[in-house]
Amino acid sequence: MSTTTKPVNQKAWLLVLPVIICVAFSAILPLMTVVNYSVQDIISPERRVFVGTEWFASVMRDEELHAALWRQLTFSLAVLAVEIPLGIALALSMPAQGWKASLVLVLVALSLLIPWNVVGTIWQIYGRADIGLLGAMLQKMGFDYSYTGNATHAWVTVLMMDVWHWTPLVALLCYAGLRSIPDAYYQAARIDGASKLAVFRYIQLPKMRGVLMIAVLLRFMDSFMIYTEPFVLTGGGPGNATTFLSQFLTQKAVGQFDLGPAAAFSLIYFLIILLLCFILYNWMQRVGTQEKEGVE
Amino acid sequence: MARIDLDLAHAYRPNPREDSDYALLPLTMSFRDGGAYALLGPSGCGKTTMLNVMSGLLVPSQGTVKFDGVDVTHATPQQRNIAQVFQFPVIYDTMTVAENLAFPLRNRKVPEDQIKKRVGEIAEMLDMSGQLNHRASGLAADAKQKISLGRGLVRPDVSAVLFDEPLTVIDPHLKWQLRRKLKQIHHELKLTLIYVTHDQVEALTFAEEVVVMTRGRAVQTGSADALFERPRHTFVGHFIGSPGMNFLPATVAGGAMLVAGRPLALPAGRAVPDGEIKLGVRPEYVVKTAPGDPAALPFTVTMVQDVGTHWMLTARIGEHTLKARLSPAARAPQVGEEVWLQVMGPHTCLYLNDELVDA
Amino acid sequence: MNTPNTPKFQARTLFLIAYILFALLPIYWMVNMSFKTNSEILSSFSFFPQEFTWNNYKTIFTDPSWYSGYINSLIYVAINTVISITVALPAAYAFSRYSFLGDKHVFFWLLTNRMTPPAVFLLPFFQLYTTVGLMDTHIAVALAHLLFNVPLAVWILEGFMSGIPREIDETAYIDGYSFPRFFVRIFLPLIKAGVGVAAFFCFMFSWVELLLARTLTSVNAKPIVATMTRTVSASGMDWATLAAAGVLTIVPGAIVIWFVRNYIAKGFAMGRV
Repeated sequence: MSTTTKPVNQKAWLLVLPVIICVAFSAILPLMTVVNYSVQDIISPERRVFVGTEWFASVMRDEELHAALWRQLTFSLAVLAVEIPLGIALALSMPAQGWKASLVLVLVALSLLIPWNVVGTIWQIYGRADIGLLGAMLQKMGFDYSYTGNATHAWVTVLMMDVWHWTPLVALLCYAGLRSIPDAYYQAARIDGASKLAVFRYIQLPKMRGVLMIAVLLRFMDSFMIYTEPFVLTGGGPGNATTFLSQFLTQKAVGQFDLGPAAAFSLIYFLIILLLCFILYNWMQRVGTQEKEGVE
Repeated sequence: MARIDLDLAHAYRPNPREDSDYALLPLTMSFRDGGAYALLGPSGCGKTTMLNVMSGLLVPSQGTVKFDGVDVTHATPQQRNIAQVFQFPVIYDTMTVAENLAFPLRNRKVPEDQIKKRVGEIAEMLDMSGQLNHRASGLAADAKQKISLGRGLVRPDVSAVLFDEPLTVIDPHLKWQLRRKLKQIHHELKLTLIYVTHDQVEALTFAEEVVVMTRGRAVQTGSADALFERPRHTFVGHFIGSPGMNFLPATVAGGAMLVAGRPLALPAGRAVPDGEIKLGVRPEYVVKTAPGDPAALPFTVTMVQDVGTHWMLTARIGEHTLKARLSPAARAPQVGEEVWLQVMGPHTCLYLNDELVDA
Repeated sequence: MNTPNTPKFQARTLFLIAYILFALLPIYWMVNMSFKTNSEILSSFSFFPQEFTWNNYKTIFTDPSWYSGYINSLIYVAINTVISITVALPAAYAFSRYSFLGDKHVFFWLLTNRMTPPAVFLLPFFQLYTTVGLMDTHIAVALAHLLFNVPLAVWILEGFMSGIPREIDETAYIDGYSFPRFFVRIFLPLIKAGVGVAAFFCFMFSWVELLLARTLTSVNAKPIVATMTRTVSASGMDWATLAAAGVLTIVPGAIVIWFVRNYIAKGFAMGRV
C-alpha cells in the first residue's frame, strides 16, 4: 500500500464490503468449522466430546509431523535458493520489446498455465526410464535413475519439476520490475562508464526490490503448501521421502478420518506459514529501509 | 572541453525521400570549445535527437560528428567523454551523494585520495558539501539534478556537458537558482555546454548562442539579440518573443506596396522583391502615429489589455490581426476605435517564402 | 533507438535459448505422446510418432465424460474471474485512495487467505456446500476459489491504481462526473493493463486448482483436472489419452496469454510493482 498521505474516509468501507463478504464466506465460515473441530473428539457424528487443547498438544509431539515439517522447510528453502536467482537471470535475458518479447513471454509463461496435476503427469512420464525423454537420456548416460525407487532422485526430480513449473512466476514479476526502469538510467550508466555488473547492482537490483519481495513471499507460501504436483509424481514416496506437509495433513484428515487432530494440525499449519511469512516480510522491509538510511 | 563539428542528417528509414522521413534534415554546425549553446524549439523539432547524436547515444544515419577534429561518429558516449543531464534526475538510489559523484571516477580506477579531493571540489561548487553523506534518494528534485550534473563535472577532462530539458521537474522558484548556478559553472570551468529546451526564456538567458529548430531543421543560429532583431525565418520571428513577431501579408508591384489593399511606404535604402511577401514587425516596435503617416496603416482596435508596464493592443486590418505594445504614458485607445500604427520602420523585416530578405 | 556498436551480449541469448529449451522439452514430449497409441508408447521409444494417430484427441472430443470436463472448468473459471475482478475493483480503489479504520489490517488479512493450504479447507468446505445444497455445482467451485483469487486481484489492482495520480479523480469531480461514471469512463481505461494482469492471474490460479475443484464436484460440474485423474483402467495407465487431455488443458491458457500478452507487457511497465 502506498504511504503518501491519503484522505480519511470511513465510507470507503462500503467499497471494501463486497470483498470482505466474498472472502469471509470462503474463509471465515470454514475456518470457524476447523476451530470447532480442533477442540473436540468426534467419535461419531452424534457423539462429540470437548477436549480443549489436547489435540494441539499431541500434534506438536508427533514425531512424524516433525519429520514432515523438516522435509517441508528444506524443500521450500531449496526452491527459493534456485528459483529466485534463476528467475532474475531469466528476466534479465528476456527481450524488452518487439515481437520477440511477446513470443518469449508466451513461451516462458506456458508452464504456469498447466493444471498442477498435469504438471505432475508430464514429469511422471518425462522421468520414466522406459517411456520418458529425461529418464531414457539419463539411463543412456549411465545413471541408474529412478524417482520411484531412490529417495535422492525423487527429491531432485520434485525440485526440478517445481523449478520448471514456477520459475516463470519469479521471472515475470522481475521482468515487470525491469520494464519500469526508464532508458535514461541505462544511458547515464553508460556515460558514467559503469560495467554490466555495476548496472545490475546499482540500477536493476534496487528497482526490482519491490517485485522480488512479492516473488519471495509467493514462492515461499506456495511451496510450503504444495500438494498436487509431488502427489501425482511420487505419491509422497519412496516411503515418505517426498511427503511434504500438505500431503501429510491430507493423509491424516481424509485417510484416517481423524477430524479432531486433523483440524488442530490445520490450524497449526496455517499459523506456521503466517509466522514465517510475517518474519520474512518484516526482515525484507527492514533490509529495505536500512539501505535507505544507513551508508552502504 | 572540446569543439564539436556536425555534418550530418538523421533519417527514420534507410531510404529517405521526403523531408518528413528525416528526424534531422542535413545540416552543418559547429560548437566552439567552451561555448554555451542552447537548442531551442517546440516538441518534436529534433533537438533531443541532435543532442543524442552529439552525446553518442544515437548514431546518425548519414554524416559525421567530430570532436576537436577527430571523427567520433561511432564512438560511445564514454569514449567521447561527454556528460549528459536528463529531464528527470538520474541518480543511484542506493548510494550517498559522495558515492554518486565518485562513481564515474571509480569506474575509471582513479586513486581514492584523488577521488575524494575532486568530489569535494565539485560538491563545493554545487553548494552540496554539507550533504555529501546523505542518501541521494531522499533529496529534493533540484538537489538530485545537481548530483546528476556533478557526476558529469567530476571528470576533469570532460569534453562537453549536454542538458536535455533539465529543469522540467524543478519547482519554478528554484529554476532560476539552478540556471544561475549553471552560468556560474560555465564561467568557472569554461566547458562546452549544450542545453536543449523549449522555453525561450531559459535558452536566451543561458546561452551565448541559440540554435532555433523546427521539424528537423536548424533554422537559425545566433545570439539572443540577433534572433530578436533579425530572425532569418518567420518561424524564428514567431517563436522568439512574447508575444512573437507580427506578420502582415503584403503585395509588392511596380514600386509600390499594398497591405490589405492599402498603400504602405517602401523602406528606404532596401531592395524589395516583387510579389507576395510578408512584413514582420515585433509588437515592441509598433508605435502609434498620426493618421496618414505613410509608414503606418489604419487598424481597428479589438482588445486592450493592461499588463502593468504597458498596454497590449490587439488590432485588426481587413482580416489580419496585429499585436502592439504601447507605452503606458499614452492614452489607451478604446475598443472599436481606429488607430494608425506605424509598421514600417528600421526594425521591420521582410520575408519572401518565409525566408528573410536581406537588405 | 539504434545504438553505437555495442557487442550483442551473446551469453544472454544463449541462456535464454537454453532455458526455453528446458521449458519446452517436457511439453514437447507430452505432445509427442499424445499422437501415439498406447501400444506404441509402451513398446518403442521415438522422438516422433511412428504411427501418427488422432485417436486420442478424437476420444476426448467425442466422449462426453472428457469434453464436459473442459466445459465445466471453463464455466467456473469464467464465473470466478468475473466475480473476483468485480468485487476487487471498488475495494482496491478504496485501499488506494483512502485511509480508513483498520485499512492496513484488512489488507494484510486478505493476503493471509492465500497462506492457508487448501487442504485445510477440504472438510469444512465439503460440509458447508453440502449444507447450502451447492455441492457439485459450478458456482460452488467459483465461490470457493474466491478465497485466494480475490485477495490477489485486490493486491494487483491496488498497485496499479496507486500509480494513477489522484489529480485525475479530483479533476473529474470538478468537471461534474458522478463516481460511477468517473470510474467506468475515465479510471478503468487508465488501468486497463492492470485489469488484464489481474484477470490473467485469476484465470490461471482457478484453472489449475485441483484439490478444491475435485472435492466439491462429482458428476455435473466435474472439471477436467478431476477427469484426468481417473485414467487408470484394467489395461494399465491410459498414457495416450492422458497426454492428449493434458495438451488440451494447456490450450485455453495459451490462448488467454496470447490475447493478454500486450496488456501484460504494458501493464508490467505501468504497475507500481
